[in-house]
This record gives sequence, C-alpha cells and structure tokens, in this order.
Amino acid sequence: MDLNIVWFILITVLFTGFFILEGFDYGVGMMLLGRPKNERSQFVRAIGPVWDGNEVWMITAGGATFAAFPHVYATMFSTFYLALFLMLLALIMRGVAFELRGKLKYSDWINFWDCSIMFGSFVPALLWGVAVTNLLRGVPIDFQMHYVGTFLDLLSPCALLGGIFFVLLFAFHGTNFLLIKIADKGLLEELQKKSFCLGSSALVGYVLFAAAMAHDTDILSKPGTIILLGLSIAALIASCASAKRGCGCRAFISSTLSVAFLTIGFFTALFPRIMVSSLSPEWSLNIYNAASTPHTLTLMTIAAAIFVPIVLLYQGWTYKVFKDRVTPADVHYH
Amino acid sequence: MDALILSRLQFAITTLYHFLFVPVTLGLSIFVALLEMWYINSGSYEERIKLKKLVKFFGTIFLINFAMGVVTGIVQEFHFGMNWSEYARFMGDIFGAPLALEALTAFFIESTFIGLWIFGWDKLSEKFHCLCIWIVAFGSNLSAFWILVANSFMQHPVGYAIEDGRAVMTDFGELVTNPYVLGEYSHAFFAGITTGGFLVIVVSAWKIATDEASREIFVRTLRRAVLYTLVGTLGVMGSGHMHAQYLAEGNPMKLASFEALWETENPAPFAIVADINQEERRNDFEITIPKMFTFMVHNSFEGEVKGINDLQREAVEKYGSGYYIPNDVRGMFWSFRAMVGAGGLMLFIVFVTGCLVFFCREKIKDHLCCLKMMPLLLPIPFVANSAGWYIAEAGRQPWIVVGLQKTAVAVSPNLSAGEVWVTLIGFTAIYLFLAVLAVFAAVMFIRRTHITEDEE
Repeated sequence: MDLNIVWFILITVLFTGFFILEGFDYGVGMMLLGRPKNERSQFVRAIGPVWDGNEVWMITAGGATFAAFPHVYATMFSTFYLALFLMLLALIMRGVAFELRGKLKYSDWINFWDCSIMFGSFVPALLWGVAVTNLLRGVPIDFQMHYVGTFLDLLSPCALLGGIFFVLLFAFHGTNFLLIKIADKGLLEELQKKSFCLGSSALVGYVLFAAAMAHDTDILSKPGTIILLGLSIAALIASCASAKRGCGCRAFISSTLSVAFLTIGFFTALFPRIMVSSLSPEWSLNIYNAASTPHTLTLMTIAAAIFVPIVLLYQGWTYKVFKDRVTPADVHYH
Repeated sequence: MDALILSRLQFAITTLYHFLFVPVTLGLSIFVALLEMWYINSGSYEERIKLKKLVKFFGTIFLINFAMGVVTGIVQEFHFGMNWSEYARFMGDIFGAPLALEALTAFFIESTFIGLWIFGWDKLSEKFHCLCIWIVAFGSNLSAFWILVANSFMQHPVGYAIEDGRAVMTDFGELVTNPYVLGEYSHAFFAGITTGGFLVIVVSAWKIATDEASREIFVRTLRRAVLYTLVGTLGVMGSGHMHAQYLAEGNPMKLASFEALWETENPAPFAIVADINQEERRNDFEITIPKMFTFMVHNSFEGEVKGINDLQREAVEKYGSGYYIPNDVRGMFWSFRAMVGAGGLMLFIVFVTGCLVFFCREKIKDHLCCLKMMPLLLPIPFVANSAGWYIAEAGRQPWIVVGLQKTAVAVSPNLSAGEVWVTLIGFTAIYLFLAVLAVFAAVMFIRRTHITEDEE
C-alpha cells in the first residue's frame, strides 16, 4: 500500500476520533439549553476533564492534513474562510468559558459563559455538517486548486440540511454520554426521554440527508459507502432503542459506532479524492496531486505509528480515572 | 487596504495577542510544578494546608492564562490555510511536519494532563498529581519548540530543496538542529521563565501589601519568585546576546536593520538613539557609542559589521532587482531598544525586590506602599515579548521564507479585502472583550483568595 493511501486512512482515523469525541462534547454543550444552573454545572463537569484533550483531535487532524496533503489544507481552509472564522469565534468562546465560568459566583457570569458554551458547541457542529456536505457535493475549484465561489455558495439548502443533521446527531450523542456520566436518577430519566427524541429526529435528518446526497452526488455508487452508511443508520436505530429502554451505556456505544461509520463512510465516498471540484473532475484534489513528498510522508508515518497509540493509551486512561458518575454534590461549589 | 496588508495585520495582531499568554504558560507551568513539589515535601499539617492552597492559587491564574493561550493558538494554526494558502502550498511539505508533530507529541499531552491536574486532586496520588503538572510544563515547552522549529525555517531555511516550484524537505534532522532554533528557543524559554516569574512577583507583592492574613506565605513565595525571575532574566539576556551574534552570519539584514546600521563599518558604532530616514537610507541624527556594535558582535573592538545598503546590493545580486530591506527599520530599531530596556528594567526590579525580601525582611512592613504599586510594572515583560517578536517577524520582510518566497505572493488569492476586514475586526473585538473578562476574573480571584491555615 502506498503512503498516500496510508495517510488518507490516518486522516480518516483522526477525523473519526474528532467527530466521536468532540461530537459528544458539542452535544453536551448544546444540552445546557434551558437547564437550571445546578444541572448545567453537572453537565459541564461531566466533560470538564476531557474536552480539551478531545479538541486536540481536531487540531491534529488539521495539522496532519497540512503535513500530508498541503494543497488540501490550503484549498479547504481558504475556501471555508468565513465559515472557519465563525467556527473559531465559537471555539474561542467555548474554550474560555469552561475555564472562566466557575471562577466567579455571580449568576449572570455563569449564565453568560453557559450561553457561550451552548453557542460555541452549536456553531461548530452546524458548520462541520455544512463543510462535510460541501466536500461531498464538491465546490467550485479551478485548475490551480483555488476556490472561485463565494461564502453564500457554501450555504445551500442541502448544506444547511447537513448542518442540522450534524447538530441533531451530536446532540443525541452528547445526551447519551450524559446517560453514562450523570448520577442523579430524576435527571437521568429526563435525559433518557430527551435522548430518544433527539435520536429519532437525528434519524429523520439522516434519511433526508442521505437522500439528498444520493440525489446530488455519486456517493451511493460505491458498495463500501452503502454498507457503512447502512451500518451507521442501524447503529443509530439501536442507540435510540437502547436509550428508550434506559441502557445508557449501550446507547452511547451505539451512537459512537454510528458517528464512526458515518465518518468512515464519508471518506470512503470521497476516496481517492479529498476535495471534489464541481467544475471539472480533473481539478479535484486527490491523495496524489495534493500530497507531500514521499520523504515527508515517511517521516510522518513513523511519527504517527509511534505517537497515535501512545495518545490513545493515556487518553483512554484519563477516561478511566474520571469514570465515576457526576453527582450534584460534585458541583456544589460551582 | 488590500487583502494582503489586512492579512498581515491580522496575523500580527493575533500572533502578538497569542504570545501574551504563551510565555506565561511556559514559565508559570514550571513555577507551579516547583510549588507543588514544595507542597508534597513539606512537613507540618498547617504548612501543608497553606501550600496546597498556594499551589491551587497560582494554578488557577495559570489555568485562566492557559485557556486564553490554547484558544488563541487554534486561530494561528488555521491562519496558514485561511489567509496564506499559497504559503501553505509552497511550504506544506516542510512546515506541516513540525505543526503536526506539535499536535501529536506536545499538544495532546498538555491538554490531557491539564484535565487530570485540574480534576485529579482527590483521584491521583500526590506524586502522580505533581507529575501531571510537570508533564503539562514539558508539553508546553515542547509545543513551543516545534513552533519555533517551523518559524526558524522561515527565518533561515535549511535541509530543503526546491522541486516543481515548491520547497521540499530533504533532511528533517537539519530542520530540527537549525542553529536558528537554538537561539529562538532558548530566548523564548527564558523569556517564559522571566514573564511567569515576574507575574508571580507582582501578584505576591500585591498580596503582601493588601492581604495581611496571607502575608507570611506570600513573602516566602516572593523570595522564590525573585530567584526564579533572576535566572530567567539572565538567561534571556545571555541567549539574546548569543542569538544576535549568530544573526551576523544567519541573517545580517535583520541585525543591521534593528541597529539601523546603513553602511558597513569597521569598527561599527552602536546607536543609542537615531532619527531614521528610510527613504534616503541613512540616519538624519544619531547618538552613538564608538566601536560598541562591533564589540557586541565580535567580542573585540576590531571587526566589520555589514550595513543595510551593502546587504541590499548583495541581495540584488543574488535574487535580482527588488527592495530587500525590511520596510519598518524605524519600528525595529525602537522595538529592540524597548525590549532591551524592558529586560534591564526587570533585572533592576528583581534586584531591588530581592534585596528587600532577602536582606531586609523585617522592613517589608515599611514598604507596603511600594509593593502595592507593583502591578503597575506588570506590562514590562509583555512589552519585551511583543517587541521581540516584532523584530523577529518585521525583520524577515519582504520575505515570508527568507530567500525562497516573498510575503506578497503567499496570501490566499481567493480572499477579498472585505472578507479579511470582517475577520480582522471580529478577531480584534473578541480578543479585546475576552482580555477584559479574563483580567477581571483573575483580579477578582486574586483579591478574594486568602492563603491561611484554616481548612476550606
């Protein structure tokens, strides 16, 4: 297997890790909506020890794209210029909010930062959905790999549908994470109902999104993609059912699988392209015309082979350290 | 203004803002780790309660700063693709590697172990908990190292070849052992120690003056911070001097520019002040110390230092006609003096404070008024850090990668000035807004927290 394919797989792995981990972080963030302060504190505490490490998956996915496929990095980031700007604003507010919300005890102070967390979780979830849809449908890229459209071209109804689908899926995934992290029985029951609602809505969104994609793109021409998307939808249904029965752990594992299969399916659909040009198939960026040299790819492969397992090891261990459910008493001082 | 100049302005603002927090992270992480070692090795029960509170106290200040550093750092990583896509294409084969390695080897451990440290007080053993903050400190410094490897290549390219119109890596070892990295990294590391230590000095002094109940512990903290900052300032001066000497070979145009030396001279004088006339490429007025610049570069009063005009002629021979002089010699000249002046001032402040806490401890009570005013001095290290980066980056112009790519051709071609205006205003506004909130939170926290023997 050549290194370009190895790196396509590695980028897929990094984005899968990112969508699974930050998916539930974003979801938990969005779930703060309309909850009383004490419950919001419990939710924030549930992801408090891990959100920062999870966000690094996105940074690493970005950095690895830069190192392995510089043209993709250049074209993608300049194409989504204003969208990424909005995402950065959201991520800035969200990141600072986690640190500052507990520093002062005024209600207004905490409410403000909780709003930042909600906004900072909703906007990236939405924009990643928009970005993924655009990547699948293709964007106007010219022969020099330059984007020649405008910001509004990226916000087609179809892309917004993708965005809403991501929001629902991540909200569902985040609620499932709370099902395994919250101790309070009454709150758990409420969350179970909410999880089922969100899961069903996500399922509807999924079907609409898949139909729109099948209509607009060639993603369903690949058997691999069809199988993966099928598995993803099956996992989503299983997750919904588990949530309804009150099996939080199963619900979370299933929604994790659903997000994973979705991401892998999406990259399978793209392969060997990474950014599709809607103007001409020859102008698409693929794993060969957008890649770094074999020398750099070799170096980065060695680095990834050593460090990705180490990262998984200590990050996994962190989850073990913080495996206990969050009780209302854990956040009494917040 | 076009997308190019706006993008440059945006990069400058966001980088300088990001680098307000980075040195504090580099220096304060190590200081908090040292405090925690003090805590776990301390004896009596009362002492332990106080020291644990002290670790959490400076830990909290560190965390507020750390969060600001992290979120503003993400912006920097995205910038290369968003605003500088042609740079990313030209340099991706080389520049992407240290950036990806930074995320993979440093940023992951920082971010994971900071979570363990914040929430792990009751879940981890004392020693392991202390190890967590050491790992954070190590990760932060490793992170800075990779970024400076990337930056050093832009200042002084090594281990590369040009193939099909882009720079490709030929030797990763050379990239990491670039002599430029040593100067930049050691200078940044000690600047971090100085900034972190100076922050502790200021906070401790203020607490001594305003919080009688916590006075005793902060006097002891202040003594440690003075020594820590002293190491930092001496290190930053030594590494700065070493790096400037290296610049005479590594990037003589930058050196000549921040000293405003227009003509090659032997021996060259050092200008203390100068009225720089960039159009006519000379100083209209200057006060100089004869031979001093030569002495600083060559450690002797004999030796040639190349001037800007000769270096411009050499550059034209090498790269073809063009203007190869950094376009803000005046700004660089004064930034350098601001940086060195701030460094000297800090050394003086550390010395005076040190005399007070080590030799006249019983007289501290007579000087509370002075200690209370110490926060007014807090901007000094930050001025030095910003001025230092201004010299480093303005001195690289007109190049984005010295000798290989000019800044003017590196900007993303699809961006309109309007789009960059939106983001420039947006980033600046949110950064100002957050600075106010973060400082407010930190000040309120510092004011309200008392380090006493009482249990919580």
